Amino acid sequence: MKKRAQFDHVSLAFETPKGRLNVVEDVSYDINDGDFIAVIGPSGCGKTTMMSMLAGFQKPTTGKVLFDGAPVTGPGPERGVIFQEYGVFPWLTVKQNIAFGLKLKANRVPDSERDAICDHYLSLMGLADFANSYPKHLSGGMRQRLAIARAYAVKPQFLLMDEPFGALDAQTRANMQNLLLKVLAAEGKTVMLITHSVEEAIYLASRIVVVTARPAKIKEIIEVPFPYPRDESIEERPEFGELRSHIRQLVMDEYRAQQAQMRPASFSE
Amino acid sequence: MNGQVVRRLLLGLAPWVGAILLWYAVRWSGFVNASLIPAPHQVAAKFYELLTRENLLLDIYVSSRRVVLGVVLGILVAVPVGFLLGWYRPARTFADPMINFFRALPPIALIPLVIVYFGVDELAKLVILFYAAFFSGVIVMYEGVSQITPLYIRVAKTLGANEFEIFRKVIIPLTVPHILTALRVALGVAWATLVASELIAAQRGLGAMIQNASTYFLLDVIYVGIICIGVIALIMDLILRKISARLLVWQERAMS
Ligand SMILES: Nc1ncnc2c1ncn2[C@@H]1O[C@H](COP(=O)(O)OP(=O)(O)O)[C@@H](O)[C@H]1O
Ligand SMILES: [Mg+2]
Repeated sequence: MKKRAQFDHVSLAFETPKGRLNVVEDVSYDINDGDFIAVIGPSGCGKTTMMSMLAGFQKPTTGKVLFDGAPVTGPGPERGVIFQEYGVFPWLTVKQNIAFGLKLKANRVPDSERDAICDHYLSLMGLADFANSYPKHLSGGMRQRLAIARAYAVKPQFLLMDEPFGALDAQTRANMQNLLLKVLAAEGKTVMLITHSVEEAIYLASRIVVVTARPAKIKEIIEVPFPYPRDESIEERPEFGELRSHIRQLVMDEYRAQQAQMRPASFSE
Repeated sequence: MNGQVVRRLLLGLAPWVGAILLWYAVRWSGFVNASLIPAPHQVAAKFYELLTRENLLLDIYVSSRRVVLGVVLGILVAVPVGFLLGWYRPARTFADPMINFFRALPPIALIPLVIVYFGVDELAKLVILFYAAFFSGVIVMYEGVSQITPLYIRVAKTLGANEFEIFRKVIIPLTVPHILTALRVALGVAWATLVASELIAAQRGLGAMIQNASTYFLLDVIYVGIICIGVIALIMDLILRKISARLLVWQERAMS
């Protein structure tokens, strides 16, 4: 199987006014073509930092991050990113936000086609009624869906998703998960997804990377045994329950470790 | 809807009516020598007289032109300079103290130097207004630009934008609000500096009118001049505010 992304003994430390902060420590794993990797771990442990090295916004302090065999030097349209903070452009309407990527030189599509793509994602994400609204009129969940639509629209082969469904209610979240599975089945993407939800990780991912409290190290990498296409029925399977308790246990341990670490400092992340 | 418009109009008008009443009250209270405070209606009569006999409109035009020209030129330079200072932190650390030094100098103190270097013609007055507009505008610009979050630029990059596209499609829209604020601030400061600039041998202009009147102790003319400056500055600011509201419909604002 072809390797798309590789973390090779990657560590990253931030220089802060209070001293050196180790955030990622000696992380190694590969993401193969067609993989769906879910990264799970306590908040503040370094997941976003790990992802942003692959996105091209951070450089590892030591070790190598490779994409298609070459060191990552910066961001690019072949790696679509859905940011934890959404980053929808407030000065553009909903539709213009989705069209933004399609108007760029890197992925220019003809006007007529662009319109069709925008309309497609508008209705898919339930944003059709807000096509000409500015983001200030959208709820948090709608902004998140807009950010997803904007990233999907340029059809990147590799998707980096940082807690993309975090602001959604349970029903919308389930819809978005199924939609993602459908998009993947149709377009054959590779995904790295950060999540807090154990169920979401098992339901979506082919492999789950559990990371430790800060600095993020690999605690365990778990293969998810369910073949695609998947639907909700897998949640009824006994293996699902076993996997869930196992991962929950791992995550809880690290969550406690992270809490213990944070307590003397501040509450901010 | 209509009731609301009327209400807003009344709310906007109330303080002015209050100010005029207070003006009369001070005059009638006897605490101040009435000859030192012309009554509002006397000032209004003077205004009409100046308008019809002394060509007050010419003074208004001359002063407005100086202010607008000074602001436009000042902002034309302040926008790129402020942008660069806001964008490149080292440049800012480097230039910040110097800008604050020059900003703190009262334009009036510079007049002798301006006369030496630029003479006493229109150019000299413009230099003073340019100076005031530039330093107030440049600070607003770089404070604003340095607050721009890198998130939107990151998003644009992951969607495939090149440097030029990032500049045109992300940085410019994020800069426009700060340009408009800089324009408003500079306009206010320029009006406040007008009288100083017209200390330099001005024949016409509201500032010149006020100074001439003060030589002859014509208090009502002074009042007319001051009120004209305030009203024109207010009108210009209102126009700019309307334009801003148009251009920045997307901005999150507290409900009006
Ligand atoms: N640019 C930065 N400079 C300094 N510290 C940072 C920076 N970015 C993140 N951190 C710190 O690194 C830690 C991990 O952050 P992050 O990767 O966002 O965690 P997660 O996504 O797992 O919640 C946090 O303690 C955060 O405060
Ligand atoms: Mg995060």
